[in-house]
Amino acid sequence: MAIRRKLFAGLAVVLSGMLSFAVQASADLNMRPGVTETSVEAYDLHMAVIWVMTIIAVVVFGLMFYSIFAHRKSKNPTPATFSHSTTVEIIWTAIPIIILIGLSIPAVKLLVKMESWDKVEPDLEIQVTGHQWKWEYKYLDHDISFFSNLKTPREQIDNLEGKVGETKGENYLLEVDNELVLPANKNVIFHLTSKDVIHSWWVPEIAVKKDAIPGFINSTWTNVPKEGTYRGQCTELCGKDHGFMPVVVKVVSESEFAAYIEKKKAEKVAAEKAAAEAAARSWDMEQLMTLGKETYEAKCAACHMVNGEGMPPTFPALKGSKVATGPVEGHIDIVVNGKAGTAMAAYGAQLSDAEIAAIITYERNAWGNETGDKVQPADIQAFKAGN
Amino acid sequence: MADHHPTGIKRWLFTTNHKDIGSMYLWFSFIMFFIGGAMAMVIRAELYQPGLQFVEPNFFNQMTTMHGLIMVFGAVMPSMVGLANWLIPMQIGAPDMALPRMNNWSFWILPFAFTLLLSSLFMEGGAPNFGWTFYAPLSTTYGPPSTDFFILGVHMMGISSIMGAINVIVTVFNMRAPGMTLMKMPLFVWTWVITAFLLIMVMPVLAGAVTMMLTDRHFGTSFFDAAGGGDPVMFQHIFWFFGHPEVYIMILPAFGVASEIIPAFARKKLFGYASMVYATASIALLSFIVWAHHMFTVGMPLAGELFFMIATMLIAVPTGVKVFNWVATMWKGSMTFETPMLFAIAFVILFTIGGFSGVMLAMAPVDFQYHDTYFVVAHFHYVLFPGAIFGTTAAVYYWLPKWTGKMYNEKMGKIHFWWSMIAVNLTFFPMHFSGLAGMPRRIPDYNMMFADFNQLASIGAFALGLSQLFFLFIVIKTIRSGKKSEDKPWDGATGLEWDKLPCPAPYHTFDTPPKVD
Repeated sequence: MAIRRKLFAGLAVVLSGMLSFAVQASADLNMRPGVTETSVEAYDLHMAVIWVMTIIAVVVFGLMFYSIFAHRKSKNPTPATFSHSTTVEIIWTAIPIIILIGLSIPAVKLLVKMESWDKVEPDLEIQVTGHQWKWEYKYLDHDISFFSNLKTPREQIDNLEGKVGETKGENYLLEVDNELVLPANKNVIFHLTSKDVIHSWWVPEIAVKKDAIPGFINSTWTNVPKEGTYRGQCTELCGKDHGFMPVVVKVVSESEFAAYIEKKKAEKVAAEKAAAEAAARSWDMEQLMTLGKETYEAKCAACHMVNGEGMPPTFPALKGSKVATGPVEGHIDIVVNGKAGTAMAAYGAQLSDAEIAAIITYERNAWGNETGDKVQPADIQAFKAGN
Repeated sequence: MADHHPTGIKRWLFTTNHKDIGSMYLWFSFIMFFIGGAMAMVIRAELYQPGLQFVEPNFFNQMTTMHGLIMVFGAVMPSMVGLANWLIPMQIGAPDMALPRMNNWSFWILPFAFTLLLSSLFMEGGAPNFGWTFYAPLSTTYGPPSTDFFILGVHMMGISSIMGAINVIVTVFNMRAPGMTLMKMPLFVWTWVITAFLLIMVMPVLAGAVTMMLTDRHFGTSFFDAAGGGDPVMFQHIFWFFGHPEVYIMILPAFGVASEIIPAFARKKLFGYASMVYATASIALLSFIVWAHHMFTVGMPLAGELFFMIATMLIAVPTGVKVFNWVATMWKGSMTFETPMLFAIAFVILFTIGGFSGVMLAMAPVDFQYHDTYFVVAHFHYVLFPGAIFGTTAAVYYWLPKWTGKMYNEKMGKIHFWWSMIAVNLTFFPMHFSGLAGMPRRIPDYNMMFADFNQLASIGAFALGLSQLFFLFIVIKTIRSGKKSEDKPWDGATGLEWDKLPCPAPYHTFDTPPKVD
């Protein structure tokens, strides 16, 4: 008996120790309230349910543990004989119903608010398109669009950072090359869709999570009062690199946002001009191969692998393949337009003509694919014009 | 004469005996449990640290998919059918199942179905990699070639389940001993009849879903492809119309087990028998009108979201009634805590924790934050592992003397219990936190902020895996060298199988029906 009591005392110490640790660490243990009105309300509702559930648990498990302690055979050798009571059955049906009604009222109110994007006066509309495995953002009012790719270097993911490059940073896997920039205190409407499979766009701090579904448009909204950078991820399994397509939203002041839009517009003009210049001049093999290798490894190697061997049959090999060693037009077509029904995306709008030309040249001359073909940016431009 | 049975391989291939078939189901599910468990170990090893260490992402996706499919269809469901085969005829005083040859067939389909499914791991392009929920178009247009083997495998296990369910229903409605009225049936039988009705209702829906997948993949239809006028979200509606009742298919028989074991060790009749039956039936009925709570983020109309939210929250009411009844059964009883009772109590507590997170997930506006994160993973593992699997484990310890005539080693049973109890919580409780912190499910790599909880969960998972190997050891040791059991090893046990039959139960029982008063 004495040993048992000591055991219980020991257990109590350990448990209270764990509890105090949990309270101290609770900042990391819980949902974050986030920064929008709806995210804070969702957090409050979450906390309310947690407390209700905790109280129920304490009462029910408390009674149960008391029973385990007091109604054991050694303490209570003769069991009672009661086996039903309509009154208590009615009571313990009614009480949960009342509790649930109490919880559902704020839940209904908040749900209505979160889903009423069509009743909000829009200040800015963004089209969010999911691709395997990156997001594309389009500012519908400004004719600007861009892709947002994972920026974390491959060697960090492969744990080679001790040998090459920097170690995993604070934003490992949650960093992108182009963030979505939004103005603070504005009603932003998102229209989500997908080019291939179902993705889901989630930023915890603003409590927006909506599926991007191919062939359909889902809409939702937010209004972020606080400037800052908010990070999330794709939350619907979308294939191989589902874990590697983060969402990063940067919220800035109204004037900074206006400057950002101007900058993006200028970049677009500059890019078009550079592309035209690149397409106008003739590239030599070395230039094409250098740019091709660099772009291939950034955009293509995730599926077709650095060594060009792919992961057949889903991601075919390019080394020795019919496409990469056959007619050039077919090769250009598949890179520019993608291949329907497969993970091969259309890169025509994602990359410049020079990059596409370089990739194709690289694919046709690397890994023993010695076709000797040189594809010029002008060829891509001509292909697109005739397309 | 009574114990005459064929010998050798033919006994098992051609048997129509419910006890032999029950044993085969149980062993089959045990093997699948270890195969699915090995996949869980691969997943947890990869997630032990940030970065990719052991497997590449595509194989990781194959592991999560196959782990889910194997555990749901190969481990949990067959283990429940195994229990049904062993226990239902003995508990209602029938000589065997009503359709014994069909019974043989329902079992023997399974090894072939799972050979097909598992063989996909060795195919070019690998095994299915789209999650056990196989959402279109990831599983249709983008699925690997092995998807067709998966489709055929699902069809076969569906046929097996439907036949098993028909057998249970026919047996229970036609073969009860005289005097065994419906409201006198043991609760395990009741929960299984209700489960069987769920199976008959939803397995054909699953078959429909995979058939539509097949025609979308190969025969030019566009059920789930918007480009041809279809809708990928329709797949999810059809899948979850099967999928939600499916979760009750996995848990209701475990409710039945707890309702047998808790009264036995409290030495007191089950409290509120009738309300237990009605609660089980209400849960089953409600399970048909809540499916879209798995889909709050797909862009349903507000009215739909409100309906599914409220209907889902309602399920807490009958489920609560069951938990309260179990506690009331223990109340003022005269309890002892042998291994089956320990597992049954842990079942009630930990299943209820899964129920709490279930109510949280039901609330659509907060579900937007929980959906598809590790919070969901924690939730359904709480209702499946310490729920369904602890229920089955309790049943195995409780009825092992009846099945084998041998008694397990109580000390080892208790070690197994505490080991599993600590490990299961260490594995799955931290997943609540990583989910709330924002970690999506089904990812092979993650940000540093999730690292601590993942490491804890992985350590827990390895311990949990080992504890189940220990369980296998205990079962084998009991069969080979266990102490002979008394005819009634549990003094509080009631029911025909304990009152009228010795341990072990003879090969043929109740050739003449017992009288029930």
